[in-house]
Amino acid sequence: MNTRLRRTLPYAGLLIAGIAAPFLFPDYTFQFTVLWVMILFALTWDILGGQMGYNSLGNIAFFGVGMYICAVVQIGLYYDVAQYTASYGAVKVEFTADQYFTGLAVGLIAAGLGAMVFSIILGWVVFGLRGPYFAIGTLGVALSAGELTGAWDYVGGGGGIALPIYPGEPDDRSLFFYVLSFTLTIILFFLLRWIYLGRFGLAANAIRDDEEKAEGMGIHTMRYKTVGWAIAAFFLGISGALFGNMIGFIEPLEVAFPTVTFGLFMVVMCLLGGRGTLWGPVIGATLFHTFKEVTWIYLLGWQWVALGALIVVSVVFFQQGIVGWVKEKWPEKFGIAVDDRALAETDPDLDEAPSQRLRRQTEAAQ
Amino acid sequence: MLDNIALLGIAPLLNVQLLLDGLFIGAIFVLAAYGLALVWGVMNVKNLAQGDFVMMGGYIAFVMTKLGIHPIFGLPVAIVFMFGFGWVVYRVIIYRVIGKDLFTSLLATFGMAIVIQQLLNLIFSPDVMVAESGFAIRSYLGGMVTVADIKLISFLLATVLATLVITFMKYSRMGQAIRATAQDPRAARVMGIDTERVYAFTFALNAAICGAAGVLISMIWVLQPFFGMTYSIRAFVIVTAAGLGNLPGVIIAGLGLGAVEQFAGFILGAELQQFTVVGLLVAILVWRQIQLRRHRQVVR
Repeated sequence: MNTRLRRTLPYAGLLIAGIAAPFLFPDYTFQFTVLWVMILFALTWDILGGQMGYNSLGNIAFFGVGMYICAVVQIGLYYDVAQYTASYGAVKVEFTADQYFTGLAVGLIAAGLGAMVFSIILGWVVFGLRGPYFAIGTLGVALSAGELTGAWDYVGGGGGIALPIYPGEPDDRSLFFYVLSFTLTIILFFLLRWIYLGRFGLAANAIRDDEEKAEGMGIHTMRYKTVGWAIAAFFLGISGALFGNMIGFIEPLEVAFPTVTFGLFMVVMCLLGGRGTLWGPVIGATLFHTFKEVTWIYLLGWQWVALGALIVVSVVFFQQGIVGWVKEKWPEKFGIAVDDRALAETDPDLDEAPSQRLRRQTEAAQ
Repeated sequence: MLDNIALLGIAPLLNVQLLLDGLFIGAIFVLAAYGLALVWGVMNVKNLAQGDFVMMGGYIAFVMTKLGIHPIFGLPVAIVFMFGFGWVVYRVIIYRVIGKDLFTSLLATFGMAIVIQQLLNLIFSPDVMVAESGFAIRSYLGGMVTVADIKLISFLLATVLATLVITFMKYSRMGQAIRATAQDPRAARVMGIDTERVYAFTFALNAAICGAAGVLISMIWVLQPFFGMTYSIRAFVIVTAAGLGNLPGVIIAGLGLGAVEQFAGFILGAELQQFTVVGLLVAILVWRQIQLRRHRQVVR
């Protein structure tokens, strides 16, 4: 019972922190929203990068695709998109509250599904690439997606699109987006917790450890990789749509496909926290975002240098990440049996392996 | 777009102009790509900061012009400086990355690239700059084709540099040690080769080659702190297209990429020129994968 309580405590803590944050610090609601989006980034990257060993540098493409699909749907439901974008926001177009919320709801769903379809098509093309080629290939996809969107006049080209304005008070607006991004991230978090514990997690880790052998054992590796990527793309697409609406103005290179900023951050946050773990991305994203905001305030001008140095240091000197380090230091806290018998005596319920249980039972019987 | 293709048909000399421009710039891509292939092949480090080394070399030439010295004399300075810089970078960072999993080197050098480009940005401002060489621009073929003398000179210099490096790799003691280490580091160590020193030298040599390429670029093209990334991508395009350890392939792919980029820039418009490079990378990877698929049996 004690064990169960101790195990649910962090999850409850995360939920309570998420709900309490905007009430305790109402001035920072926007920052907290970005933080939840960052946690979502890290979690989605970890599905492939951490659990399956497929290090993508181009996951940000789904973010941008979702953002643009949502924008086109929101506007396209009521106006002519080409005409709207051609005016570059010079002509103010009014959206009623009803139109706004309908457009946003439809747009969010369309963004998720659209990004998912995109990921499945893309996965079919790039999943044959291994190791560094996969990383470089996906980086190329994300970069070219940004460049292509910038040359596409229908969606505003390099000039971008101004999105419909939220009908209501600014404070309500930031709270509205906070609730949406918080809910989305929490859903993703518990979904991942559930699937990592099951068959999917085992298959994913088998692919990471040795893909050829996993194939040999009859695991449909392609199917698992595609499903993992589709989940990541679905959530990234929705988060992109949310983020675009929160910013209010989208543009291809800096906001929608920021490959060298957000696209890289998601990898670094994951590595910092500890890849291949459920809590690693959450912790890494929180620390990284805090570090970023602090350097942006106190080291203005040098913030990027500091960030690059952080990346180098965390990658080169601190490979296993925070959660990985803690796991190495105190493995017994994670149910990794170091001394089987001592552990079995102190905590018999704790993740007992079948072979261990058998041994304990036979010993008890003797 | 079709108009532009038609224009090329009407004025065939325009093709010559584009081709020449492409070859001149392509020769420099070959240098950067050769450095990448060297480091990749010898120590299995994928250097994403390649382009930023190129930019550093370019800014060295730029500083020389500001001091009143002709940028061509920046070449030896850049080579020496970048060699030292490469050695230091190896000792501090790369040395710890060798032998780790493949992704680590990619990400570590990506972080390095950010630091370098941001430092350049802080020092030189994000404006586009050129190191003026002051040479004449001549017209050929009845004024239809114009070639700046500096482009010819830089092409020659690039050729000389490449020949030097290749000769060095082939005949010198260190070059042989590098090739031996690339083939089998363990056996090389048994044979008494100090592989640590070989690695450091290889990385430093790569940085020096990149620095030289940067000096040439600063004279015939433009400098900007954030342009480094595209040079890295170009180097990756060339190396993946040619395959590792395929020197003639690197030369052909490099010159070809230069030409393709010029033609694409002319036909599709300047805003899609960057896309051509990146799109080409994706296309090559996908094409190679389709080739591989025939040999690979997958559970479906």
